[in-house]
Amino acid sequence: MNLIQSITSKVPTLPLFATSESRQASGAAEVKTSTGTNTAPGTGKAENKMRMETHDLSVHYGSTMGVRNVSLPIYDKQVLALIGPSGCGKTTYLRALNRMHDLTRGARVTGSVMLDGKNIYDSEINPVIIRRRIGMVFQKPTPFPTMSIYDNVVAGLKLVGIRKRNVLDEVCERALKQAALFDEVKDRLNSPGSSLSGGQQQRLSIARALAVDPEVMLMDEPTSSLDPQSTNRIEDLIHELKKQVTIVIVTHNMQQAARVSDKTAFFYVGDLIEYGPTNSLFTKPKEKRTEEYITGQFG
Amino acid sequence: MTLDNDTSINGSKEARELLRRPPSALYRWLGDRIFAVVVVMLGVSIIALAAGMAIVLYGEGSAALRQFGFLGFVSGTTWDPAVQLVFGAFPFLFGTVVTSVAALLISFFPAIAVAIFTAEYAPRWLAAIIDNLIQLIAAVPSVVIGIWGIFVLAPWMRDNVYLPIFTWAEASHPALLPILGNPMGYGMATATIVLSLMIVPYTTALTKDAIKSVPVEQREASRALGATKWEVIRMAVLPYARGGILAGAILSLGRAIGETMAVAMLIGNKNTLPFSIFGAGATMPSVIVNEFREAVETLHLSSLMAVGFTLFVIALIVNLAAAYLTRKFSIKGGQVV
Amino acid sequence: MKTLLQRNIRDRIMESLLVLSTIVVLLPLVIILVHVVINGISALNWDFFTQELGSPSRAMQGRPTGLVHTILGTVVIDFLALFLAVPIGMGAGIMLSEFPDHKLNPTLRIMNDTLNGMPAILKGLLAFVLIVKPMGTFSGLAGAVALAFVMIPIIARTTESALMSIPWSIREAGLAIGLPRWRVVLSTVMPAARFGLVTGTLIAFARAAGEAAPLLFTSFGNNYLPNHWLGMLLGPTDTLPQRLYSLAISPYSHWHSMGWAAAIVLLVFVIICFGTARYLTRKKT
Repeated sequence: MNLIQSITSKVPTLPLFATSESRQASGAAEVKTSTGTNTAPGTGKAENKMRMETHDLSVHYGSTMGVRNVSLPIYDKQVLALIGPSGCGKTTYLRALNRMHDLTRGARVTGSVMLDGKNIYDSEINPVIIRRRIGMVFQKPTPFPTMSIYDNVVAGLKLVGIRKRNVLDEVCERALKQAALFDEVKDRLNSPGSSLSGGQQQRLSIARALAVDPEVMLMDEPTSSLDPQSTNRIEDLIHELKKQVTIVIVTHNMQQAARVSDKTAFFYVGDLIEYGPTNSLFTKPKEKRTEEYITGQFG
Repeated sequence: MTLDNDTSINGSKEARELLRRPPSALYRWLGDRIFAVVVVMLGVSIIALAAGMAIVLYGEGSAALRQFGFLGFVSGTTWDPAVQLVFGAFPFLFGTVVTSVAALLISFFPAIAVAIFTAEYAPRWLAAIIDNLIQLIAAVPSVVIGIWGIFVLAPWMRDNVYLPIFTWAEASHPALLPILGNPMGYGMATATIVLSLMIVPYTTALTKDAIKSVPVEQREASRALGATKWEVIRMAVLPYARGGILAGAILSLGRAIGETMAVAMLIGNKNTLPFSIFGAGATMPSVIVNEFREAVETLHLSSLMAVGFTLFVIALIVNLAAAYLTRKFSIKGGQVV
Repeated sequence: MKTLLQRNIRDRIMESLLVLSTIVVLLPLVIILVHVVINGISALNWDFFTQELGSPSRAMQGRPTGLVHTILGTVVIDFLALFLAVPIGMGAGIMLSEFPDHKLNPTLRIMNDTLNGMPAILKGLLAFVLIVKPMGTFSGLAGAVALAFVMIPIIARTTESALMSIPWSIREAGLAIGLPRWRVVLSTVMPAARFGLVTGTLIAFARAAGEAAPLLFTSFGNNYLPNHWLGMLLGPTDTLPQRLYSLAISPYSHWHSMGWAAAIVLLVFVIICFGTARYLTRKKT
């Protein structure tokens, strides 16, 4: 409750975004809130291109509908936050973006998800390749229980036949550094992944996802099971990561959405209600339901 | 942390190339295709095995079943492999039903009592010990119980139970003698006693699972009425657990019907009715064990297969009933090692 | 209405009855174990593990006899059975847990439970028809197949529940880094479920190792070691449970005591298997 109160009290004034802005600045990025685009770090490109896009995406579970006709753009090297009350379909939508529903009992996806202009649901597209390009991190940390930290990180390489030790070593170090975990675990890469703390395990999951070098990273409430300190670290990490990958993050924490994202989409009972640049959505929501939600009138 | 600005990868060229290259077909689609085909084939082979068992037993027994008719076969009371070559399986059907039902009746209340005692009364450590011992009963090989029965139980029962009763009946109630039968030690009674011990674990395990699934509120409600411990069990726990108890009893019955070696070693093996309490008898599994290796006549072999088919049908019915009950009352485990 | 005193007395009576019943159930087990140990130990000697059984006259003349051929035969047949049963049982378990939507699964589940509930002697008859008849001879191979029929449904069931106990999120995590399903199952789910898998296999192994009924008309039995190492697979072979049965119903007292020795060996083996299985189950939770 106090989270929502803090949002409602802070949204009209800007201090909430101060941290976000300053981080962006330090990352050599600049947020143009009015247009909702930012310049890619260091490249001087004027505007990010669209990386993914969904058209009329719907997900049915048997006869019930999880998500209805959602069309959204996802811009390259930006963070898109999906918010909304629980059961609103945001996670369902996220899982449709890398064909995770292929495994869900009775789930059916209609519409299209375009990645660089190709529909990932086309019959000739291989879901394995798609999932290597679009990684995912889950609510709870999911280290593979029997594997060491090292084996966890390189699982995506080793288990598809890449066995060159020097490559694996290199990728392991790179991924752990990207996930800001390297310094903490470099001396015990052979201890089991499950021996780490919850926050470390989540960063290990992120490192594992990063090891295969995905272009897009989907995060499903990655901090919901973590303490505030670990949450901070993950949020810092997201700021670093978006220089390299496109991120879509589901969060139930509006403060977090405001802190980490460039764009925000608000879902409600399976419908996309509103989409826009994060700070304008939080400061000047166009839809009444968005406003009610971010001001804490329901949740 | 220094990061390359142009590409998402930073790292050596070799690593970059390896990561860019799509995995081989084995890791894209071929492996999954093979995996699914192999796994489904293995699964289907179990279906084929179960179906094959019914088909094979029926097929091999068909000569006998055709000659006597299925009903004629299971109701025929003459089993004569030596002279007339007439085969009726009723004595074995009768022996199986009588020993199994009797064993269930004997073991039913003690088995439930063990479950109640370990679930409700015994301290944890004691419950764990009893639990392990009960599981051990199920684990002891049937032949081990058989050899004990032959050399220990049967002689002891003969000298201390059967003979005293027999001599008493001889003196005062001679009319009972044909029912009691020859007290040689090996017979229906001894087989039934051993069977009733061997099936205890199944009733106990399912009863215990059912008792454990009784909601706390259920107990507390009756405790709040001032019920004593036994009254709580009687009023709240047992009625709630009756489905599991029933399923356990049916499962035990199924085990008793199929139990082979200990029975074959102790029942005395007699192919002709009437069976008596102390006297020798036979069950469907025991006759197969005793005669299959010596059977030379085709019709004899086929008749033994037909006995096997009959046993299959009965075991199927009992098992389906147990499965239906466990599902209906949603008892989770019930697994006996 | 009964008085409180009456109710409390009844409470005590019922409790005593429960304790009494428990003792009545466990007492025979203890007696069996004591008898097997006492009679078995005294008959166990060096010859038991090193000599062949031979004909009954051998024992009566006091020449050394033993069950070395039986122990070897048991090892060969049991492990061959395990080798045959593990792929089928685990494959079916994987199908049930990893392909939960497969339309054959309800059928498979029912058929597997049916097979599991079938008396082992029927599995012996099936192996007799499938292997012994075509081969024209009793053989260790037929015995192994019969025992595999005993193991398969147990392994399938325990594999299914062991794999199901691994959270679905582990599989999704594997898929999300671009692993194919077969890799996810073999390299992440099955290692995570290893205790459950080993436990199930041990239970199946121990169950089958104690069975005599399916072996009587498949591997049949043999008083001697085979001349050729293939003889165990292709010819009649001795196994402990079946030999125990033959010794127990034989008319020779020397063979009776050897039967007790076989009983203690069999019992110790089975208890070790089940004990390990129980230990692993506890370790897992």
